[in-house]
Amino acid sequence: MINAVAPAAIFIIGAPIISFLKGRVKSAYLLLLPVLASISLLSMHEGVYWTVNFLGYELIFGRVDKLSLAFGYIFALVSFISVLYSLRVKDDGQHIAGFIYAGSAQGVVFSGDFLTLFLFWEIMAFSAAYLIWASKTEASRGAGLRYLLVHIAGGLCLLAGITLHYHDTGSLVFSFIGLDGPASYLILLGFGINAAFPIFHSWLPDAYPESTFSGTVFLSAFTTKSAVYVLARGFPGTEMLIWIGAAMTAFPIFYAVIENNLRRVLSYSLINQVGFMVVGIGIGTTLSLNGTVAHAFCHILYKALLFMSMGAVLHQTGKINATDLGGLYKTMPLTTIFCIVGAASISGFPLTNGFVSKSMIVSASGVEGLIPVWFALVFASAGVFHHSGIKIPFFAFFSHDSGIRTKEPPINMLLAMGIAAFLCIFIGVFPGFLYSILPYPVDYVPYTAAHVIDQLQLLFFSALAFSLLMLSGIYPAEIRAINLDTDWFYRKGAKAFLWLVNRPIVRFEYNVVGEAYEFMVIKPVMKIAGILRSFDIKVVDGAVNGIGRLTVAWSAVMRVVQSGKIHDYAFIMSAGICAVVILILLL
Amino acid sequence: MEKKHFFDTPGNLKKFLKVFFASLIALIVIDPFIHKHPYFAFEGYPSFYATFGFVACVVLVLAAKYILRPLIKRKEGYYD
Repeated sequence: MINAVAPAAIFIIGAPIISFLKGRVKSAYLLLLPVLASISLLSMHEGVYWTVNFLGYELIFGRVDKLSLAFGYIFALVSFISVLYSLRVKDDGQHIAGFIYAGSAQGVVFSGDFLTLFLFWEIMAFSAAYLIWASKTEASRGAGLRYLLVHIAGGLCLLAGITLHYHDTGSLVFSFIGLDGPASYLILLGFGINAAFPIFHSWLPDAYPESTFSGTVFLSAFTTKSAVYVLARGFPGTEMLIWIGAAMTAFPIFYAVIENNLRRVLSYSLINQVGFMVVGIGIGTTLSLNGTVAHAFCHILYKALLFMSMGAVLHQTGKINATDLGGLYKTMPLTTIFCIVGAASISGFPLTNGFVSKSMIVSASGVEGLIPVWFALVFASAGVFHHSGIKIPFFAFFSHDSGIRTKEPPINMLLAMGIAAFLCIFIGVFPGFLYSILPYPVDYVPYTAAHVIDQLQLLFFSALAFSLLMLSGIYPAEIRAINLDTDWFYRKGAKAFLWLVNRPIVRFEYNVVGEAYEFMVIKPVMKIAGILRSFDIKVVDGAVNGIGRLTVAWSAVMRVVQSGKIHDYAFIMSAGICAVVILILLL
Repeated sequence: MEKKHFFDTPGNLKKFLKVFFASLIALIVIDPFIHKHPYFAFEGYPSFYATFGFVACVVLVLAAKYILRPLIKRKEGYYD
């Protein structure tokens, strides 16, 4: 046994206590949990721990090896940074959701069987949806609901795959799966929806920009990267992933160029970066898998940094569209510097962490001789510099002066960005630390003269293209607009469904079913009613009326008789007695 | 009066661009003297990466502006 406590338990069990704390104690507690989780992680050794017998199944909460530890470390680290960044958020719900989300991501990483994995997988989806809803806007309500629906659908695919897998193999142990048969395809699809595979990706740029300034920092770290982890665990060397990943690196950058909302630009570049990791998994060599883990580690840091800098802009100005921003370097110089560090890292500038991790995957594709993939990755490297590296800092902090005068965000946010920025550069300068926690031994040297010059040429001449296109006015102006993506199918699809229900179906109901009903039910009923009515009028009413009339006629006759004179009555009575006597005598 | 910032002085932008263009030239000039170890033959051509980076970004921007945007751009209230 080990003395460590499962990091998932620290986060998830620790989360509800937040609502009982106030002030400095609460802040201290919020920061303490990720620290405790990190200490726990550092004291863990490879092996299998925390197994629970549940209805005859063995649930494994602690499968610890180099792959799961690497993801555990970075998840704990980014939890600390995100918590520090969101320390002043008053809404306890967001803190609790953030911790449950971070904890369930740890749970996914260390789960050794499919049931545990599925449990944490679903908790992640719900806690993430809460973080999206936390901005309490009309847009976030819709986006959060769509997020949840997509992830529930993905979860169901995964569950179906797990069930079939159990049926096929009789085992729930989560290890290498590989592509063979429907079970594995369903599991891959379930993982792939969380990893934002093309076509299934649009939940990401739909939902992430709608969360709160700090919620998006949490979101950017866990869902897609835990999906990368499970793909690396279950599908290394699956060739299909090379092509899926290559598509993921390439198509989002076109979107990012024309997108106006800067957090949506970052969301597209997130897909592009996850694409590199998916390619690395697909190639499946030790170099490429190391590259995937290294890139996930670095990507989480610089992507959180970029989302924090844009979150700071949103927090300070209330604006996030490129059309509304510009010139903020004057009043937010530190945020500008942190953003530029993040931008340089995502672009893979030498001396930043992006350089030492991304290059491993690109090199792995070169080693394997995959020319089209290599081209896609180099194109994507240039493209990501273009939109995340230049566009984000340029439009937010430079460009035309928007006239906005604000100030730096609170100290905790600056500190969080500062730590992330420091780590981006530290890992870039001393990659040995990162390489030491990778799953396989590393004999890769990132800093060769050729590699540095090649990368600098790629980036500087991309920048030249940007400058020339900008100066010549060809660069597409930022426009307030919506850019359609594959979420169109379910957003308009839902509308189409409602239209279908409201118009054709209701019409059909009214015209055809209604008509048939009229002809087959109402008309006969009316006819029968008519018959009944005439029967009623002629027979029943007739009888009643007849009796009435008879009574009236009799009354008239009787009135004659009823003269009110005693002798008349006496005459009638005697006549009556006579008639009775005669009647009796006759019978 | 608001204090002057770095790019408010026109000379600073010029200086910035000069440094930028100088580094571009330096990168091209130094390239042939670097010992390359390419995976593919074309990768070893002088300044392959510079050419590729420039062309890729121009193609990227033109395609996004003239092909993708006309296809997918809608008014802001499109989904409402």
